[in-house]
Amino acid sequence: MTSLFTNLFDGVAYGMLLFVLACGLAVTLGLMNFVNLAHGAFAMTGGYVCAVLVNQSGWPFFAALPLAFVASALIGAVLERSLYRHLYNRSHLDQVLFSVGLVFMSVAAVDYIMGSSRVFIRIPQALEGQIDFFGVGIGRYRLMIIVICGLLTAGLQLVLARTRFGSRLRAAVDDPRAASGLGINVPQVFAFTFAFGCGLAGLGGALSAEILGLDPYFPLKFMIYFLIVVTVGGSSSITGPFLASLLLGIGDVAGKYYVPKIGPFVIYTIMIVILIWRPNGLFGRTAAR
Amino acid sequence: MFIRTKILRTRMLSLAAAGVAIAGVAAWAPAQAQETVKIGLILPMTGGQASTGKQIDNAIKLYMQQKGDTVAGRKIEIILKDDAAVPDNTKRLAQELIVNDKVNFIAGFGVTPAALAAAPLATQAKIPEIVMAAGTSIITEKSPYIVRTSFTLAQSSTIIGDWAVKNGIKKVATLTSDYAPGNDALNFFKEHFTAGGGQIVEEVKVPLANPDFAPFLQRMKDAKPDAMFVFVPAGQGGNFMKQYAERGLDKAGIKVIGPGDVMDDDLLNGMGDAALGTVTAHLYSAAHPSAMNKEFVASYKKAFGSRPGFMAVSGYDGIHLIYAALQKTGGKTDGDALIEAMKGMKWESPRGPISIDPETRDIVQNIYIRKVEKVDGELYNVEFATFEAVKDAGKTKK
Repeated sequence: MTSLFTNLFDGVAYGMLLFVLACGLAVTLGLMNFVNLAHGAFAMTGGYVCAVLVNQSGWPFFAALPLAFVASALIGAVLERSLYRHLYNRSHLDQVLFSVGLVFMSVAAVDYIMGSSRVFIRIPQALEGQIDFFGVGIGRYRLMIIVICGLLTAGLQLVLARTRFGSRLRAAVDDPRAASGLGINVPQVFAFTFAFGCGLAGLGGALSAEILGLDPYFPLKFMIYFLIVVTVGGSSSITGPFLASLLLGIGDVAGKYYVPKIGPFVIYTIMIVILIWRPNGLFGRTAAR
Repeated sequence: MFIRTKILRTRMLSLAAAGVAIAGVAAWAPAQAQETVKIGLILPMTGGQASTGKQIDNAIKLYMQQKGDTVAGRKIEIILKDDAAVPDNTKRLAQELIVNDKVNFIAGFGVTPAALAAAPLATQAKIPEIVMAAGTSIITEKSPYIVRTSFTLAQSSTIIGDWAVKNGIKKVATLTSDYAPGNDALNFFKEHFTAGGGQIVEEVKVPLANPDFAPFLQRMKDAKPDAMFVFVPAGQGGNFMKQYAERGLDKAGIKVIGPGDVMDDDLLNGMGDAALGTVTAHLYSAAHPSAMNKEFVASYKKAFGSRPGFMAVSGYDGIHLIYAALQKTGGKTDGDALIEAMKGMKWESPRGPISIDPETRDIVQNIYIRKVEKVDGELYNVEFATFEAVKDAGKTKK
């Protein structure tokens, strides 16, 4: 019985991590309608920035996390202005080719600069080990992930639903022409959103190094997971990807625990079943644009 | 008509020119070959297996620095190619090296599929293929020109199985990566461990590209074994040990045992104190207490700034084998003569005494049982028991 709760906990932590990694992609793909397969590259950047700061410059872990966000967001902003902008109106195939190219370039660049072996971020002692909570083993690091990601999700939802920027973004997405007619600076809103999504990925990359491992192949290895989250969740809000991440996280952990022989397939089976049932994802818009 | 004859004439001219060129090359080639012996080194220098390639390449450079680059009056030239551990690349590169560069040896091979891909080429070209890394038993059976200086997984897995039964470990849960070497390790361990009266209480194969060990480790913990047998590819060892400690398996009294790949010297220090007390069986530890090894480790550290692992030592012995064989043939590079020279060869390596089995052309070496301990603030595999001259169990069985 206790292992059931431990598994549930692990699954939630894993799901939350997936969400932070992938929600930026949900925004670019769903809201801005841009297929950005290079999303994982921004996550990797954040991870490596954090690793270098903590391991080589001796920064405390919690000080390096915000910088992982900032660094990825800045790189995201620069690339958005210089490269991505030109592809917003191109076909999805062009966007896929372009962003896959970016992925390979980032893999080669990181391999060259940092070497190909796996990097670990030194985490503070306080985050190591498990807490025993009425017989249920709770990993401290995973608990921290749940707390950070939970706060982020709540914050994101508030910003999107309640603030002026949120309504501008939604307006810009629903109808860019009408929005700019109303005086909304659509390119600026998009650029900011894109950079923010990249920053979140960077933060996710830094957080995930401990659990998923960090190496130059990160963007390729986890691309599929990000895409699953976005397709299953549907890409019209962030609630969809959030629930999808949780479902996949718990499904993956439970599948590997209870049926280890076919464990790795569980997450794909869930995806297929959901997509047959709801082709636009759990919370996808039924009316196609 | 006129045009045609013109074409014909130019064609004949160019043919004649080519003929002269070929004759020239033919006359020139043997003179050149008298001087240099070429070794085509195919290693993964990029990609997930790059640490293997780098260690072997470093060790060969070190050896040639120490012993010079001439043997039996002939200069040795290494041609390094990167296959990124993709067998298709290996095959293409091996072919290019044999046909274009006319190499006398092919060597390296980071993973089993790469070594297998080159095997038919070695047979056809009749040149020795020196396997310096890949560890599946069958490799040396795929060509009479293959000689191995690394290890086989059977060697360390059977030994750790025997050791575990004798040392009060009765219930073991296994966690192995689901690919050929992982399955080799699992099967040989299981056979020896259960034959001695041990019991396997849980068996989990994890996918090779596995992001998170958490659920598998939880399963191990709930099975409450005395120890868990682990084989994951070298790169994943660190990640595994971290999660092992995070989940408190060390505090639950579940020891980690296995073949030594998990505790590669190259990565050991990054694993943290969680690795302390892990018992593995393997061919080499940087802490091996011989004068030769101390010198090897010191000069390797000085040259490359890191500790040599078992891959480095396999490369070091591989190049030594080539040198020694050339010495024995007096510099002759006939493939069959070289293989004959290598068979049964015995020498002292940084890992201890080793030899080449004359029947299987596979390595015979001591397997050491080691425990991870802290020496001078660094983690080392400290050897405490030795099984002498272990042959490959994968073949002696037949």
